[in-house]
Amino acid sequence: MMQIFDIFLLEAVINGLMLGGLLALLALGLNLIFGVIEVVWICYAELIMVSMYSIWWLFKVIGVPLPIAMTGGLVFGCVIGYALHRFIIRPVLSAEPINQLLVTGGVLFFLQAAATVVFGIEYKNIGVNLPSLNIGEISLSWSRIIGFIVSIAAIAATYLFLNRTFLGTAIRAISQDRQVMPLIGVNAEKIYLLTSAVGGAMAALAACLLVLQYDLHPAVGLTFGPILFVICVLGGLGNLIGGFIAAFILAQIISIGGYFLQGEWGYVIAFGFFIVAMFVRPQGLFKR
Amino acid sequence: MTVLLEIKEVSAGYNGLKALFGVSIQVNAGEAVAVIGPNGAGKTTLLRVISRLVAATEGSLVMEGLSYADLPAHEILALGIAHVPEGRRLFPRLTVLENLRLGAYITSARGQYEDRLAFVYSLFPRLRDRASQLTGTMSGGEQQMCAIGRALMSKPKLLLLDEPSAGLAPVMVQSMFEMIRQIRDAGFTVLIVEQNIQQVLKLVDRAYLLEAGQIRRCGGAAELLQSSEIRQAYLGVS
Amino acid sequence: MIKKIGWLLLVILGTLPLLGLGSYPMHLLIVALLWSYIYTSWSIMGRLGLVSFGHSAFIGVGAYSVVMMWNLFGWSPWVGALVGIAVSLVIAFLIGWPCFRFKIVGNYFAMVTLALSEIVRLVIVAMREQTGGSLGMTPKAAVAEGSSYSILALQFSNKIVWFYVVMGFWLLGLFIWHKVDRSMSRLALEAIAEDEEAASSIGINISRTKMAITLLSALMTCIGGILYAQYQLYVNPQTVASLTVSLQIVFGAIAGGMFVMLGPTVGALLLLFLSESLRIVLGSQSQGVDQLIYGALLILFIIYMPKGILGTLLARFDQKPVRVHTSPTS
Repeated sequence: MMQIFDIFLLEAVINGLMLGGLLALLALGLNLIFGVIEVVWICYAELIMVSMYSIWWLFKVIGVPLPIAMTGGLVFGCVIGYALHRFIIRPVLSAEPINQLLVTGGVLFFLQAAATVVFGIEYKNIGVNLPSLNIGEISLSWSRIIGFIVSIAAIAATYLFLNRTFLGTAIRAISQDRQVMPLIGVNAEKIYLLTSAVGGAMAALAACLLVLQYDLHPAVGLTFGPILFVICVLGGLGNLIGGFIAAFILAQIISIGGYFLQGEWGYVIAFGFFIVAMFVRPQGLFKR
Repeated sequence: MTVLLEIKEVSAGYNGLKALFGVSIQVNAGEAVAVIGPNGAGKTTLLRVISRLVAATEGSLVMEGLSYADLPAHEILALGIAHVPEGRRLFPRLTVLENLRLGAYITSARGQYEDRLAFVYSLFPRLRDRASQLTGTMSGGEQQMCAIGRALMSKPKLLLLDEPSAGLAPVMVQSMFEMIRQIRDAGFTVLIVEQNIQQVLKLVDRAYLLEAGQIRRCGGAAELLQSSEIRQAYLGVS
Repeated sequence: MIKKIGWLLLVILGTLPLLGLGSYPMHLLIVALLWSYIYTSWSIMGRLGLVSFGHSAFIGVGAYSVVMMWNLFGWSPWVGALVGIAVSLVIAFLIGWPCFRFKIVGNYFAMVTLALSEIVRLVIVAMREQTGGSLGMTPKAAVAEGSSYSILALQFSNKIVWFYVVMGFWLLGLFIWHKVDRSMSRLALEAIAEDEEAASSIGINISRTKMAITLLSALMTCIGGILYAQYQLYVNPQTVASLTVSLQIVFGAIAGGMFVMLGPTVGALLLLFLSESLRIVLGSQSQGVDQLIYGALLILFIIYMPKGILGTLLARFDQKPVRVHTSPTS
C-alpha cells in the first residue's frame, strides 16, 4: 500500500511540475507587460479564453486542420494584445493607475460576456484526445507533457530574445529608465505595442496547450486568472525570474494539496500560502 | 567652417514657466562649444530643446540645413545628434556592454556595431575591462565614461554633453575633461553645458554665457576666460 | 435648493410602499436599495484608490454564514451575522495589512482581491456537504403557519418590512459615507489616493486609516450579504460570491460616480434599469448581454467619463474646483 501511495504522490508532483511550466509561461507574459508598460492586464486570463475559443471555432466550426487553427489562434492573440493596448490602454496611460486597472477589468467583464453571448455556456471541447504515457503505475497525459515542453521552450526563447537581441535589450531597458529611451532613438510607443502583441501571443500559445487538455467555457479564465495574479505578486510584479520560480512553487502546492484533499482545496491552500508569504515579505519573495 | 547646428530665437518652458527667452546659438562642424552660466539659467533646458525632449514654443531648430522643430524626440539620434543627459542616466541593471549596445540601437548604427564598439573601447579601455559589470554598481566617473561611450556608438555628428563633471570627485573631473579633449581631437563636434567654467573654457573653442534664460555673451573661450566680468562673477577673482 | 429636493424625494421614497405597489415592483425597489447600499459600501474604499475586485467575497461570507449557522446549528441569524462579520473582518485584515504596511497598493490590491472572491466561491463549492455546493442553500423556514415573520430567524414574508429595513441600511450607508468624507477632510482622503508621501508628511497615519476604512467597508458589505440572504431566502455561490458580482459592484459605483455620495446609488439604479430592460426585450437570452454592455460601458466610462454620471453632472453645476481625476498632461 505504501508503494502505491508514494507512486501517486509522485504523479501529483510531476503533474504539478507540468502545471508549473504552463503557469510560468503565463506569468512571463503578464510580468513582461507590466515590466515594460507598467500596467497589469487584469483580463489576461480572458485573452487566453478567447484565444481558446478562436482555435475551437476555426477547428470545429470552420473545419480547418488543427495546426492551422492553432496558428490562427496565435495570430488572433497577437492582434488582440495589440488592439488592447492601442485602443483601450493607451488612452488611459496618462491617467491614474487605478483607471488602467478598471479599464482592463472592464475588458475582463466584456470578454467573458462576449464569449457567453456568442458561444453559450455549454462546455465545449475540441475533441482531440491524446493518449497517456504510462511509466509503471504512473499515467501522464501526453497533452500535459507537450504543454510542459512547449512552455519551457517558449520561456527559453523569450529569455534568449531578451538577452541577445537589440530589441530584447531595449525592452529590458525601458523598465529601468523610460525617459532616456528617445535619446537612444527608441520609440517607446512602438515597444509598448510590440510587447502587447507578444503578450497576447503568449496567452494564445497557452491557449493552444490548454485546449488540448481542458473543456471550453466562458468562465475558464477564472481557473487561471486568480492564481496567476497570486503567482506574479508572490514573485514580485514585473520580476521575470521571480514569477518563474513562484509559478512552480504554487503549482506544486496546488497539485499536492489537491492530491491529499479534494481538487479545489489545492487552490485554497495555495492562496493561504500566499497570504502567509505576504505577511512575511510583502514585496514578493524576490527582490526586483 | 560648415554650420552644423543653428538655433534661432528659441523660447521654451515647463508647466507654464518659461525657461528660455529667444536664445540663439550656433555650432560649426569640428568645434567644441560650451554653454556656461549659473544654476537654473536654463542650460539643461537648452540641450533638451535641441534634442527635442522639450518642445520649443518659438524659434527654429536647424541641423545641417534641415529644420527639425517638429521631429519627435526619438528621431533625433538618426539626425546625428546624441545627447548625454544630466546624471548619466545609464540603465542600472544592464551591463556596460548592454548599455553600449543600446547606443547602436538605431538601424543605421547596427551594421557597424563591432567597429563602433572597438572604437569606444579604444577611447575608454576601462570599459572593456568592466564590460560585464552592471552599470548601477560602477563609480560616477566610470558611469560617465559609459554614458559618453553609449552616445558615441551611433557615431554622432554632434555630441551634447550635459554637466559631465557634475557629482564627480575632483580627481575624476580632471580625467573627465581629458577624455572630452580626446573625443574632440578624434574629430567629434561637441556642445557642452558646464558649471565648471574654469576647466571647460580651457577645453573649448567658443562659449556662450546663459543667464536667466538669455544669452548674455558669446565669444572665444580664451577671451572669455580673460574677461574681468566673468572672472569676477564666476571665478571669484577680483 | 438641491437639499430641499433631496429631502422631498426621500419622503416620497419612504411613502412608496404604502401606495400598495405590487409584489414585483416592491422587489425591485428592495433590490435597488440593497445594491445601492452595497455599492456605497464599496466606494468608501474605492475613492481612496483601494479598488477591490473581490468585494462579493464579503457578501458571500455574510450570506452563507447566516444560512449555514441557522441550518446546521440552529443558531439565529443574529448570531450567524456576528460570525459572518467576524470572518469578514479577519479576511479584510489578512488581505489589507501586508499591502498597507508597504506601499504596493493599487495593483497588488486589485489582483489579490480578484483572487479573493474566487477563493471564497471555491471554498463554498468545496464545502459542498455543508453548503450544497453550486446548487445553493435555502434557510429552513421558520415562519409558522399563519404567521408572517419570525424575528429570531430574521425572516419576514412582508416585503414592506424588508423595504424599510433595507432603506434604513441604505440611509445608514450614506450617512457613514458622509461621515468618512467629513472626518478626514476631502482633501486628505484624496491626497492619500494621489500621493501617499505627501499625505504622510502632513501627519496622516496612512496605514491605519486605510486599514480602518477597509475593515469598515468589509463590515458594511458583509451586512449587505446578510440582508440579501435573509430576504431572498436562497443563496448560491454564483450570485453572492463570484467575480461577476464583484465586477458589477465596481462598474456600478464607477458608472454612477464613486467620489459622490449618491453616485453608487445612481450606478445601482442604472444597472438595475439595464438588466430589467434587457430582460423585457430579450427574454431569457439576456444573461450575457447585460454583462456585455456593462463591460463595454465600464471601458467607455473610464476612458471618457472617469467621474461617472453623477460626478460629471455635479461637476457641471459645481463652481468649486471639483477634483479632476486625470493627470495634467492628459
